[in-house]
Parts: sequence; C-alpha cells; structure tokens
Amino acid sequence: MEHTDLAAQRPPGSELLAEQVDAAERDLLAAARPQRRAVGQASFDALIDGEHKVEPTDWMPEGYRAGLIRQIAQHAHSEVVGMQPERNWITRAPSLRRKAILLAKVQDEAGHGLYLYSAAETLGVSREWMLDALHEGRQRYLSFINYPTLTWADVGALAWLTDGAAVVNQVTLCRSSYGPYARAMVRVCREESFHHRQGFDALRVLAAGTPAQRAMAQDAVDRWWYPALAMFGPPHNRSTHSDRSMAWKIKRFSNDELRQRFVDICVPQAEVLGVRLPDPALRWNAERGHHDFTEPDWDELRRVVAGHGPCNRQRMDHRRRVHEDGAWVREAATAYAAKHHGGPQHSTAHQGAPAARQGLPA
Amino acid sequence: MTRFDSVLRLGDDALVAAQRMAHWCACAPQLEEDVALANIALDLLGQARALLTYAGGIEGAGRDEDRLAYQRDEREFTNALLVELPDADFAVAVVKLLFFATYQNLLYQRLATGADTTLAGIAGKAVKETKYHVEHATRWTLRLGDGTVESRRRAQAAVDGLWPFTHELFEPDPLAPVDPAGLREPWAALVRPVLTRATLVVPDDDWRPTGGRVGLHTEGFGYLLGEMQSVHRAHPGARW
Ligand SMILES: [Fe+2]
Ligand SMILES: [Fe+2]
Repeated sequence: MEHTDLAAQRPPGSELLAEQVDAAERDLLAAARPQRRAVGQASFDALIDGEHKVEPTDWMPEGYRAGLIRQIAQHAHSEVVGMQPERNWITRAPSLRRKAILLAKVQDEAGHGLYLYSAAETLGVSREWMLDALHEGRQRYLSFINYPTLTWADVGALAWLTDGAAVVNQVTLCRSSYGPYARAMVRVCREESFHHRQGFDALRVLAAGTPAQRAMAQDAVDRWWYPALAMFGPPHNRSTHSDRSMAWKIKRFSNDELRQRFVDICVPQAEVLGVRLPDPALRWNAERGHHDFTEPDWDELRRVVAGHGPCNRQRMDHRRRVHEDGAWVREAATAYAAKHHGGPQHSTAHQGAPAARQGLPA
Repeated sequence: MTRFDSVLRLGDDALVAAQRMAHWCACAPQLEEDVALANIALDLLGQARALLTYAGGIEGAGRDEDRLAYQRDEREFTNALLVELPDADFAVAVVKLLFFATYQNLLYQRLATGADTTLAGIAGKAVKETKYHVEHATRWTLRLGDGTVESRRRAQAAVDGLWPFTHELFEPDPLAPVDPAGLREPWAALVRPVLTRATLVVPDDDWRPTGGRVGLHTEGFGYLLGEMQSVHRAHPGARW
C-alpha cells in the first residue's frame, strides 16, 4: 500500500517496530541452512534449538503442525473477516483521498489473507478446508472484529489501535520458527505499519478538527481501546495454547508482555493525537519502567469469543453469504478451465501487486 | 458543452463506476477477486480524482475534487447511466466492466495523444489501467459465458440488461476533445467477438435509455449519492 500522501507526522515509536521487522528479515536470511531435511524428533529439536527455520519438507511433531495450522488459519481468517468492519465505511468515506486510502488498506488485508492461506497450505491443508472450518465455527478469528464500526472515526481508531496491536504482535511472529509463516509475517508487517499510520493520521485530523469531529474521535477511541488490548489474548495463566507455542518458538513472547508493550507504545501516541485513553488507572510506573493499566474485562472477551459479541452473527452470516453467493462463479471458473485447459485449475484472476498498482496520487 | 463539462463527464463516469465497484470489496466470490476488484476500483477512483481536480481548475470557481464529488446533487451529475446501475450479481459487474472499460480505453487512447496536455497526461496513465480492466473483464466474461449452465444464464441476463445502456456512451458530442460517436464502431469490434467467444448473444437495439449526460438519472442513483455524501455533508467545512 502506497501512502505517499500521508502527512509527515509519524506515530512516535513506529520506527522502532519497523527496525525490528528489518532485523527479523536479516536473521531469516541468515538462518537459511544447507538443504538437509529434519527426519525425526531429534533433528527437529536441533532445528528449533539452533534458531533455524522449520520448512514444509521437514519432519515435525503433529502437535507443532496442528498448532501452526490453527494459528495461521486464525490469522488468515482475521484478515479476511476483518475486512468487514472497515469496508463498512468505504462507500461513505468523507473525502476521495480517504476513500482511496481505506480501499487500498482493505485490499491489503485481502492480500494478507492470501499470503497466510498459502503459508498454511504448506502444512497440508487447503484454503477450502480452512474456509469451511471458519464457516462451520471450527476455527476462529480475532475477537475485536465482532465490534461494530459506528462512525467514520472508528475507521481511524480501529486502524490506529487494532492494526497497531497487530503490528506489535506480528513483529514478534516474523521470528516464528516456521519459515513460511515468518516470511509471510515480514511481508504483512511492512504493510500493517502503513495501516497503523494511516489510522493515526485519520484520527489526528479528526482530533484537531471541529468539535463534532473531536467528539467522534474520542468516542471511537473509548470504544476501541479495550477490544484492542484484548487482542493479545487472555493473561498467560488463562491461555490454553501459550506454553507449547512458546517452547516451539512459534510464539516468542507471552500475551501479557505484548500487551504491556502495546500500552507503552500507545500512551505517547495518544498524547500526540490529543485523545484520552479510557482508563483512569493508566499511569507511568517508574519502578517497573512500564505503564500500569486496567486489564480488559476477561468475561466480556470470553462472551465475545463464545459468539455473543455485538457482531459475531453478522460477520459470519456475511462470510457465509458471500461464499455461497460466489459458488456459481467458482464453479463456472472450474468448468471453463476444464473445457479449455484440459483440467481444473485455480481461477486466479490477476491479483495485482497490491503495493504497485494502487494509483494513489503523490 | 464547455471544456469543463466534458472533463466533468469523464470524472463523473470514473467516480460513479469506482463507487459501485468498491461495493465488491469483502463481497467477491473469492479472495483473489476481492483484491482484483478493489484494484480496479482504486484505478477508477484515481482517474476520477485527477479528472475532477482538473475540471475544477478549468472552471476556476474554487471547486476541488471533494467539492465536486460531495456537494453536487443528482441533477448535477453527468455520468452515463451504465455506470450507476447496481450490480445485481457478479455477472453484471463483469459485463458492465467489459462494456465500460473498453469504452474508456478507446477514449483514453485518443485523449492521450490529444492537444490538451493535462488531459493527455491523465489519459496516458489510464490507458494502461483500463487495458488491464478490459483483460480482466474479458477473462471473466469467457469463464461465465462458457462455464456452467447457471453462469451462462446469468451472464446472458447481464448482457441483455446492460447492452441497451451502452448506446448512451456514444451519443455524439462534436465539441468534446474526442467525439464519442466515433468510438461506437471500434468498441463493437472489440466487444462483440468477446461475447461471441463466450457463447453470449447480443440483444436487439430496440431500447436506448439515455439522460445521464444531462443529469437525468435512474432512481437508484440518489441512494448511491446519498450514501457517498452522507458523512461529508453532515460536517460542513470540516477537513478530513
Ligand atoms: Fe492485515
Ligand atoms: Fe492491517
């Protein structure tokens, strides 16, 4: 996504995350190893211990494979279902420039979905299987997507906070032990940091705007702060998958560590924006060298994850309807390919190079 | 018909087509199409912005792209009716894109070598974009027309429904930088073979709806504008 027309004001702290992505990419290249497949538990363990990357042809424990499939599929689904709350404002964006930026952003998310489904496919599952699992409720997506975007300011707040949280989380996933996932994450992170920045920029303009715009911005931040904090998942002692994921280096930091990191990044950014974070207990703790803050309401998170958030049903109904409505199109593509190329082939229409083809004016 | 009017038409066509196309984002039959259709919508939106900005400059009354997009009413929009028609299904989106992008591509090719250098610059970039749009629409027209019984039925219904609206694109306008009347023949020479290869039939030319160029739109257009302009109009004078 091209953002040459965004204001020069960068969210403070964002350079640091970008540097971490670059460093992870350098290490990925350095971790390249001579072509020797892991053939059993011992050689797999050696890969993990040696900070090498596990590749699709390597032997891996079933739990490792299943955990990765679960995590990457959930991530892919989040990109795809996460398009919905933002698409909600594309047709109403209040300027043509904002419309172009938002459209390009939502398009990027579709592209992220494609990279991630491909990464998961290297583990031996098909995109169709993952989509079925999503539509049948066997796989999940991130809970914040089940909240509604009610005003234009939500577009800014959503991107600033939830894309911002995604970046904090995903920067660490660029070092995931599974090669295809780590590489997909490097690509995704580069674009996510632009998403974060455009949200910050949209919100900054609102927060410095008319009284109605300022109120809209604050209201949106009030509603999105806790869904964003909850994105890191429950505290370590409540998380079901954390320990194994960390031992296998799929995941490298605990939910709590990442959440703290996110809060520390947001506080100075909120100051620059001129918005208040909705937590009266939020303050700097010099002893810890971190901000103290009030945790999300975990019961609420549990309710939303269980399907009882404001938009769970709407999001899934939309997904299923789009998938069903598109069935005749996919069938036509398959039938056409069978007639003309002697066999079914994936009807990959031109995917564009998201970054290159956006035509956003400078 | 002033120079402002003719540039405004081009901009309105692109803007309204972009607005309709953007609806497909997160609603496409497969993820690759979400990406591709959003790309096309972005191209169209980029063209619209450049054209409306240029139109505003020609007019010299201080109207920028947003003033023109957000602060005119139905009767002041001069886009062709074709681009404002709702996409009842994916076949309508594809066939409409085939018809419209082929028209745009021919027009932009001529504008790109025209005397108006600003317009030539905008058109030069848009020629490449619309070439890709035509290719994309062609691939899908073939797949749908020559795919399954169901997809052929839908594609034919789309052709039947949209074909009458193509005539308006080519209504004579001798004062425009490029008179669209001269594009009908080359357009038909490109579009008809695609439809034939897709096993689709061109309907009779018995109905030729018109009116968009003078601000007489379809009933659905007011909703499109109402949606597009709602936030902007609710906050007069605000910056975004
Ligand atoms: Fe993303
Ligand atoms: Fe994003």
